[in-house]
Amino acid sequence: MQHINVKIFAQQPIMIDIGQAIPIFHRWIQDRATDELLVDVADYRHVPEGPGVMLIGHQANYSMDNAGGRLGLLYNRKLSDNGSIQERLRQAYDSALAACKRLEDEPEFRHKLKFHPGDCEVIFNDRLLAPNDEQTYQTLKPELELFFGSLWGHGAFDLGKKGEPRERLRVRAALRSVSLPAV
Amino acid sequence: MKASNQLWKARLEDRLSAGLGAEIDVFEHELALRRQGKIDERVFAETRLRRGVYGQRYDNGQRHDGRAAQVLAYPERKPTKGPHTLWDAPGMQRIKIPFGGLDAAQLETVADLSEEYSDGIAHVTTRQDFQLHYVHIDDTPALMRRLAAAGITTREACGNSIRNVTACPLAGVCRDQTFDVTAYAKMTAYYLLGHPECQDFGRKFKIAFSGCKTNPCALVRMHDLGAIAATREVDGEVRRGFEIYVGGGLGTVPYQAQLFTDFLPVEELLPLCIAIARVYSRLGEKKNRNTARIKFLVNRLGLEEFRRLVFEERAALSDDPKWAEALGGLAEYDEGPSRPAGLLEIGPAQSEEFRAWRARNVYQQRQAGYATVTIALPLGDITAAQLRVVADVARQYTRETIRTTVEQNLVLRWLSEADLPAVYSAFQSAGLAEPLAGTIVDIAACPGTDTCKLGIASSRGLAAELRTRLLERGMERDEAIGGLRIKISGCFNSCGQHHVADIGFYGVSRNKNGYTVPHFQVLLGGQWDENAGAYGLAIGAVPSKRIPEALERITGRYVAERRGNERFQEFIKRIGKAECKRMIEDFAAVPPHDQDASFYTDWSDAREFTVGDIGVGECAGEVVSPVDFQLAACEREAFEAQLQLEAGQVQEAAQTAYQSMMHGAQALLRLRLGAPPEDAERVAAEFRTHFYDTQLFFDPFAQGKFAQYYFMAHERNGAAVDEDAARRRIEEAQLFLEAAHSCYGRIMTAQRTF
Ligand code: SF4
Repeated sequence: MQHINVKIFAQQPIMIDIGQAIPIFHRWIQDRATDELLVDVADYRHVPEGPGVMLIGHQANYSMDNAGGRLGLLYNRKLSDNGSIQERLRQAYDSALAACKRLEDEPEFRHKLKFHPGDCEVIFNDRLLAPNDEQTYQTLKPELELFFGSLWGHGAFDLGKKGEPRERLRVRAALRSVSLPAV
Repeated sequence: MKASNQLWKARLEDRLSAGLGAEIDVFEHELALRRQGKIDERVFAETRLRRGVYGQRYDNGQRHDGRAAQVLAYPERKPTKGPHTLWDAPGMQRIKIPFGGLDAAQLETVADLSEEYSDGIAHVTTRQDFQLHYVHIDDTPALMRRLAAAGITTREACGNSIRNVTACPLAGVCRDQTFDVTAYAKMTAYYLLGHPECQDFGRKFKIAFSGCKTNPCALVRMHDLGAIAATREVDGEVRRGFEIYVGGGLGTVPYQAQLFTDFLPVEELLPLCIAIARVYSRLGEKKNRNTARIKFLVNRLGLEEFRRLVFEERAALSDDPKWAEALGGLAEYDEGPSRPAGLLEIGPAQSEEFRAWRARNVYQQRQAGYATVTIALPLGDITAAQLRVVADVARQYTRETIRTTVEQNLVLRWLSEADLPAVYSAFQSAGLAEPLAGTIVDIAACPGTDTCKLGIASSRGLAAELRTRLLERGMERDEAIGGLRIKISGCFNSCGQHHVADIGFYGVSRNKNGYTVPHFQVLLGGQWDENAGAYGLAIGAVPSKRIPEALERITGRYVAERRGNERFQEFIKRIGKAECKRMIEDFAAVPPHDQDASFYTDWSDAREFTVGDIGVGECAGEVVSPVDFQLAACEREAFEAQLQLEAGQVQEAAQTAYQSMMHGAQALLRLRLGAPPEDAERVAAEFRTHFYDTQLFFDPFAQGKFAQYYFMAHERNGAAVDEDAARRRIEEAQLFLEAAHSCYGRIMTAQRTF
């Protein structure tokens, strides 16, 4: 399974203007803030429930994503990776979480933006390798349970397949303690 | 890049037509050969362009991050995709949509691809294409196979080929049409696709079809070949045909297409295209890209001679059985509705929003009880999720009759009026029902510096900013200015079609206070109607950050001073270009960097808009050099030429435009010679030696094109010109002076850096 995307949701109240992510992402490029090659910043704020502000990279894109009407940090892994599914889940989740922490610490967002590490979505961005059907979900579910179990404690979270058949396979993973808005 | 790339071929094998599948196999093979270094990079570049695989900004591996130019260190050293184009750098995929027509499954395919290979956004272009950005070249064969399985080809979407054949999005349902041009546009697009006679052009070739002369939907007069539906009675029978125009085009210097024939019977359409293609292939410029469009050939030969050559070729053509076959297939094109016609009662139960949407976004078709709905896309962008909503609505309420438009929107045709409330509600919940179609807020913009390699200023950033501000002020509802068109290009190449807008902008830069500052040239009075019947002229450059204020002043003045129902073009004409220039003159000032640094960045971009390592506060920019003064004087002179043209002084206008170029050349020569020569011959010769032969004047992309304008004007100075030629010389003078500014900026930057 390749091209795993992880979106970690922001917590309410969200008191930022996501346009401020533009200078932040440019600084990340200047400062080479991640091990990945960061290329440019794309502004899609004008699109309703769209990718918001996006940091384009070679290995992955990062975005302050508004899909589904919920703000979150989306990590979109573009390169294929070696390693097990567990390692790839770990890579995507850790990269997303690191970006969330970095954003929370940025002067523009400090005390105004908080992400919830226990509230996220995993998207498998390849319809051929991971068709959005029940069978694929059932195949991947044990992997996801294992991964989030090791992260948050077994039995402490819920998993649920989201969206309609034409979308990519998308799984919501959230700690039971998180009050879930309807997605 | 995608792990599944290789698997798509087997998966889709039985869903691809043999021809399309084989073409993509060949392209994949060429990719492999290039990876092994077995195809020359230039040949490969043209190969991929003909598949719609385009370069994108920073793909040379260099990017200025706001502090300094940085190398983008892509991990693997691989062959290039073309000269100075790194393999791993993201690129753009253009997807050709003939006449903009799509069905629901095709829309869903575009949605899927945007998510898996791009950034989740599909972008509608000003030529009814879709574009996906940030695509890796290794993904393109799989992407093309998936498109091909849905019946879409990317073949000849770019490169020196016949580009997407466009047509009015209302063709077939329009109340004003002579007849439905859709089937003819489709026939032409597929007949010419890959046609051997169209493979040896020096440049691209654009074709448009319009159902009538008066409405602007297809912008026929700015195309290389334009066809307007016409009928004629022959022996008591009404026959269909086209009024044909040739040699139009925007680009750096816009040309209005000229009337080739006022009636071409439909049977002659395909043969004529081939005859024109032959003449263009044979006589069109091949070496110098800057003069290779057919407009230059028509201009060089003169319309009469061009026409004679084309008819000569036509007479020599032997019959192609495909002509009759294509004509026979015309009747098959039949859209029609999927649901019975209905009537919509307007009542108090309907919300104000619905009524506003109905008033602006809904067009009553010529077929009673049916309507076409426009989905106004902000900056031409739409998400994958939204595309699926459009597909759903199209399936549920129509026979999937969707089209893209040159205004970067989507339309859905053949909706029963009775279904409009349900359609509105579906679109509204997806953010697709903004009541803005055709309003001042519905701004068209090319990609500009966001992704285009040639972009000078951020056209999309400016469009987004103007959109926000105009919406805040409810300007779409304003009776006087609500219907004005704004169009923005990131550079002089005009992809945003700024020439045909009421208010157009194109990106330029200026050297101010020792920094490079993003600006936009302001153009007023272009005509959208009558198939782009007149082009606007530049009235001056304004710093990007002051464009919103300039726009407010221009529109405010129109609202305050228009006489009765006077249209915007009429108003501009009445007050005159000199007054227009005066109106925005005070916006030209740029405060010093330490007072307001925001002027030195562009919209939606936090980086300082400079090249090189100019330190803050280092500049001696407050001191205006003689070169600055002289270039400013030249601009005034070019403007003077416009005024002369307006006053009907055609010869004088051409002469003044030439003078402005010569004085611009003198200004730059000051940097090399101290005191520049006075004699026009010597100025041209010295300029050639110091700025052209050394390539110092060369624009990174246009190369020596702008200098050639000057040399050409120098050679022809004094010869009689007509109005069109004078207008072009003025445009050329403006571009030459822009290039002079850029050249001066580069020299000053280099001097301060080293
Ligand atoms: S007008 Fe210029 S910036 Fe805009 S797309 Fe065309 S070439 Fe690029």
